[in-house]
Amino acid sequence: MSDLFPLCARGAETRRRGRVLVGPVDLTLEAGGVTVVIGPNGSGKTTLLRLLHGTARLSAGTLDWACDTEEARKHLGFVFQRPVMLRRSVVQNIAYPLRLRGVGRAKARGQAAEWAARVGLGQMLDRPATGLSGGEMQKLALARAFITAPRAVFLDEPTAALDGAATREIEALMQEAKEDGVRLILATHDMGQARRLADDVVFLHQGRVAETGPAEAFLAGPETAAAQAFLRGDIVE
Amino acid sequence: MTDLWAGLAQAFWLVVTLDPDLMEITLRSLRVTLTALVIASAIAFPLAALLAVKRFRARRFTIAVLNALMGLPPVVVGLIVYILLSRSGPFGVFGLLFTPSAMIIAQVIILVPLIASVAHQSLRDLWSEYHDLLISMNVTRWQKMQTLLWDARRALLTAALAGFGRGIGEVGAIMIVGGNIDHATRVLTTAIALETGRGDFALALGLGFVLIALALAVNLGTHWLGRTEREGRW
Ligand SMILES: Nc1ncnc2c1ncn2[C@@H]1O[C@H](COP(=O)(O)OP(=O)(O)OP(=O)(O)O)[C@@H](O)[C@H]1O
Ligand SMILES: [Mg+2]
Repeated sequence: MSDLFPLCARGAETRRRGRVLVGPVDLTLEAGGVTVVIGPNGSGKTTLLRLLHGTARLSAGTLDWACDTEEARKHLGFVFQRPVMLRRSVVQNIAYPLRLRGVGRAKARGQAAEWAARVGLGQMLDRPATGLSGGEMQKLALARAFITAPRAVFLDEPTAALDGAATREIEALMQEAKEDGVRLILATHDMGQARRLADDVVFLHQGRVAETGPAEAFLAGPETAAAQAFLRGDIVE
Repeated sequence: MTDLWAGLAQAFWLVVTLDPDLMEITLRSLRVTLTALVIASAIAFPLAALLAVKRFRARRFTIAVLNALMGLPPVVVGLIVYILLSRSGPFGVFGLLFTPSAMIIAQVIILVPLIASVAHQSLRDLWSEYHDLLISMNVTRWQKMQTLLWDARRALLTAALAGFGRGIGEVGAIMIVGGNIDHATRVLTTAIALETGRGDFALALGLGFVLIALALAVNLGTHWLGRTEREGRW
């Protein structure tokens, strides 16, 4: 298998109706570890994740994976801030990516049931997914993203809707994935989570990468005024 | 008034004794409309799914055309199909005019825009829900269409039921291209028109009962589908 990383963004931008939402972004994601994307509401975390993953069109600049982009995209997962539930049962939702890849019904269901158990949905396999609670939907989305054994997963505030216990479960899951060598790119609001999981940090401010670097150094003493204020818990525009 | 009561009683009798004429006509009606429905759905569902997931240049135009066609008077459809199938028309060699096949063709033309428009509305809504997820999973266009069609199956069934209701009660087009020939192309609606003209209210009313029962069944089916949908059953 050829390497996916480093992923290089050069002058990458996402625009909507002429307005720049994010960028220009110059960023290199090296192989391995967890990159945490932080920044205030509306700073462009979601948009940056979509841009890097390729769900959002590149309006300007370049985005290069170490291998062919089409090839790279087959090995990516995405967990949305607002989980999208297919109008199917829990187990069918989780099995869906496997079914797309041509895995047989019974085998896909078996694997999906295992994953459901891992994220604590083992008791509700045949419930309609659209009837789950916000936290349960988020867990389902995680299982669905990880079931195909992706090599990199983009997670957009996966624990924002969860309580402490569920957050711990999900973080344990992410930790496990990291140890298995899955590259994680995680947007979060939760500074505690950033501290627990991050290897390096990307700090966004008003649609631009204001600061980036190894997590320890950044969290101990950020250089920009905006990041300092954000870490102090001040209100940052 | 006595005529009417006598007619009603007789009509009731025809229905409960499964009168052979009545049965023949009812079965032909069902055969024509159900065949047309299956063909029309096979065209309309994939078309609606494609319109939902693919942004191509003629998309808006196609949707506008479908909506316009939906308002096409069936009589005009009948006239056009008649011209196309008549001895001197481009498809005259097939000798289809005044056969059930001609009626099926006319009904397909009437049903495709109706079913496609109704189906497109639900598929478009579902697509806006699923868009991000499916895009992030790198699915092919065909897989997108399959997923939408499967997950919207209940809405599609509702669209098909609407099509059935429209087809089974349609009279203008099939009268023209079928010719209302006894034991060949006579169906519920054309028979009612004929028998009413002739003053045979008993048969006309009996056929009318059957038609009403079918329409009621369609409505009940639609209602039931809507309820299971809301309850989130699968
Ligand atoms: N589809 C869109 N059309 C127009 N503007 C958009 C669109 N999506 C996002 N934006 C804008 O782009 C900016 C960045 O949004 P984004 O969702 O990336 O922020 P975020 O950092 O993820 O915020 P949050 O912490 O609230 O999730 C915001 O000002 C938002 O209003
Ligand atoms: Mg966001």
